[in-house]
Amino acid sequence: MLRRKRNLIPFVFLILLFLSTITAAWWLPVSPSLMDSSLRLMPLSSEYWFGTDHFGRDIFGQTIISARVSLLVGFTVAVLSTVLGTITGLIAGYYKKLDSIIMRIIDGMLAFPSLLLALALVAALGGSVTNIIIALTFSFWPVMTRVVRSSVLQVKNIQYVEAAKTSGVKDPVILSRYILPNVLSPIIVQGTFIFARSILAEAALSFLGVGVEPSIPTWGNMLQEAQIYITIAPWFSIFPGIFIVLTVLSLNLLGDGLRDAFDPYAKGKRKKKKRLIKRQ
Amino acid sequence: MVLEVKNLKAHIDTPDGVVKAVDGVSFTIEPGETIGIVGESGSGKSVLAHSIMQLNPKPPTFYPQGEIVFEGKKLLQLKEKELQKIRGNEIAMVYQDPMSSLNPVFKIGDQLIEAILTHHHMPKRKARQRAIELLTDVGIPDPEKRFDAYPHQFSGGMRQRVLIAIALACNPKILIADEPTTALDVTIQAQILELMKRIQEKYGTAIIIISHDLGVIAQMAEKVLVMYSGRIVEKGNVEDIFYHTSMPYTWSLLRSLPRIDSETRNRLLSIEGQPPNLVHPPSGCNFHPRCPFATEQCKTMYPQLTKRSGDHYAACILSELEFKEAKKRLENREQEGRQKHV
Amino acid sequence: MLHYTIRRLIAIIPVLFIVSIIVFMIVHLTPGNPAYLILGEDSSPEAIEQLEQQLGLDKPKVVQYFDWLRNVFVGDLGESIYSEQPVSQIIAERIGPTFSLMIISMLLTLIVAIPTAIFIVWKRNTVLDPIFLSGSLLGTSIPEFWLALLLVFGLGVTVPIFPVAGYVPITDGILGWLHHLLLPGIVLAAVEIGLIARMLRDSMLESVNQDYTKTARGKGVKESTVLIKHVFSNALIPTTTVIGVTIAGLLGGTVIIETIFTIPGIGQLLIDSIHRRDYPVIQGVILFIAFVYVIINLIVDLLYAFLDPRIRYD
Repeated sequence: MLRRKRNLIPFVFLILLFLSTITAAWWLPVSPSLMDSSLRLMPLSSEYWFGTDHFGRDIFGQTIISARVSLLVGFTVAVLSTVLGTITGLIAGYYKKLDSIIMRIIDGMLAFPSLLLALALVAALGGSVTNIIIALTFSFWPVMTRVVRSSVLQVKNIQYVEAAKTSGVKDPVILSRYILPNVLSPIIVQGTFIFARSILAEAALSFLGVGVEPSIPTWGNMLQEAQIYITIAPWFSIFPGIFIVLTVLSLNLLGDGLRDAFDPYAKGKRKKKKRLIKRQ
Repeated sequence: MVLEVKNLKAHIDTPDGVVKAVDGVSFTIEPGETIGIVGESGSGKSVLAHSIMQLNPKPPTFYPQGEIVFEGKKLLQLKEKELQKIRGNEIAMVYQDPMSSLNPVFKIGDQLIEAILTHHHMPKRKARQRAIELLTDVGIPDPEKRFDAYPHQFSGGMRQRVLIAIALACNPKILIADEPTTALDVTIQAQILELMKRIQEKYGTAIIIISHDLGVIAQMAEKVLVMYSGRIVEKGNVEDIFYHTSMPYTWSLLRSLPRIDSETRNRLLSIEGQPPNLVHPPSGCNFHPRCPFATEQCKTMYPQLTKRSGDHYAACILSELEFKEAKKRLENREQEGRQKHV
Repeated sequence: MLHYTIRRLIAIIPVLFIVSIIVFMIVHLTPGNPAYLILGEDSSPEAIEQLEQQLGLDKPKVVQYFDWLRNVFVGDLGESIYSEQPVSQIIAERIGPTFSLMIISMLLTLIVAIPTAIFIVWKRNTVLDPIFLSGSLLGTSIPEFWLALLLVFGLGVTVPIFPVAGYVPITDGILGWLHHLLLPGIVLAAVEIGLIARMLRDSMLESVNQDYTKTARGKGVKESTVLIKHVFSNALIPTTTVIGVTIAGLLGGTVIIETIFTIPGIGQLLIDSIHRRDYPVIQGVILFIAFVYVIINLIVDLLYAFLDPRIRYD
């Protein structure tokens, strides 16, 4: 899959971003937390590639180290909601009796626009990295449950699963050995998209001032501080934003690439027919 | 002569290479005549039909050679606008799957009216009248009421009748029916074929009927073209094809028909092997890898269509006599094999 | 259709029930005493106790929930701690700007997305399609608040065409209303256009090679008519569900956009209330938005059924 340029470029970008942000302390020429009031809101220069902020800090360095929280939040939320969503989705898809109960709850959770549910939870829990992760996991987990459940429903009645059932294989084994491997690809694809959406959501929450503590550098926090200087120091707003776009775009491209790699016959007649049958 | 197809080639660009779906096909059709095109799936029948309609998606389809002449007009050279005036008006088509060939969100009647109004300017009331006439013609009971029904409220056979009505809306000179009965029950099949014959008598339409089912062809057609991997391998009158079979592929097709009058009655003979790869067709005669009579010569030489008698042509190096003897030998061998087995 | 409508109406009851539980829990099951959170750590025990009684926090949670639910049923969402006005009244005052913004961005989205999708499907075998796909992916990768900042800078400050803040009610003149809402509307729409156009394109491409389009082409119908009449009408049906998704996006997006453009809508109210820890208002706003969203999805589902004769005539 990585052999295609379309998939390789975003992958390399994400790896580079990850490596550069965790090793930032060793190679950044100017410490990103160094304040210098004589250097407030300086435009781009050879020393300060992205200019400086309202405290005279290097925006390039700030942008690089901000990736830590964004990637941490995005990745953790993606993993947690994937694990939770897979478990609930498998159970809902496999056990008819539990299905209606679980799906009612999931429908109820999906009745909130995801950003809003996160906002509400953060409002109640208070803003911090942990709470953001909890809040976003709650918002994205139901999405994953739905995806997994519908995939399980599709493979549940395939003959080899039926055969395993009739030959007395235990449910946990059927679920983990027979069903899970077959629904793995939509899970991975959806997980990648959740990664991307969590980064956007974290940035939005921090931007609104209800996210990560303002003392921790994140792209959302930077933009929150930058917005009042948009007219006099547009670079302050532009660069963190570009990094959000590039990171999210890379993840979305990877998700798309994974989907194509898993499903070579992308959306043909089959799906349409299935839908028609379902409707009638 | 309403239609002449001259050495037509229709090739399709695919990621694996160029598929020679139609590779040098020639035939003519007279007014009011019925011509049958028979072959396995993948033999190029449908691409040929869509070539006449000029409805193959371009790209990937392209026409490197040949001509399709309809009443003096060379269809391959016509502009899309001029083709639209011919489609549905002069040449119309009925498709294989009546269940999906009608638009599910429009009323039956409106889909019929669309066919009329595309080519004739008339008030909607008059078009409606004509549509109801057509529905009556194709045997839809209670057409006034059924006019406002949606496709999903019709059975497969009824939908195919509607599709035939749509095709007949402008009284075309040629009706192309691409596997018109394949998706239907046997009893309904017979009704639809009956209907097409009746329509032909009433309107004098020439019909090109495409089928993999020799039974359908025998019932409908006067002339038959047998297609194999994009080429015509045998053509002639129905009698020629069925009683003086001169090409092993046609013979295999005939043997694979379920019959109750022959010694093979208890077994259905299928044709061995797979239809050929159309990107890299076999060398020589395309059929040789599956042909029970193939010789060394068949691997290198492609046989042209040669005259057998009257209008009967076949593409095989065996003469009619040689073929007869070869068949006899094969049947004897099979007989012995069976006896040994018992 | 009647059958379907009734079934669908019944189906939203459990959803609304779950929604109410979630909204209730969000405030009540949080760590720490809500009264503390509202009044601050260093408030007197008497004040805390008084507030607890006022909010009914001294009763068991289940009782609290059903008390609250009973009030919600009669439209009583409690009182704001900050302004001491009824929450329902505060929300009612803020609906106008939010709905105006949503309608404008919805219209902008559809006006751009539908023709784009049809055009792309028409040119489906050209290089325009991959360009479009990349564009729509890029569109969904841009944070709307950042796009808002850039547009404020570009169209509000550098080339000042639009006001960058404020709201004029439609009753004060449609032009001023539109003028103030267009820029935020564009920002909200920009994010949704890519998504909607993409989904429309996908379902049109599924439809474009269906047999019924062959029938239509076989009638001699023009390609543009085939696309607009036959393909689009079929693609529209699955796309109605997308409208539900868009509205979710817009509801989330308005919260951010209203804050940036200082539009006095529900979103700004929510953010302000979060900063003020005005829990009754937060609860009320979230319940209200979820309720609106459920109802819109219901309408969309019914519309879906109505557009599809296969369900309409069941």
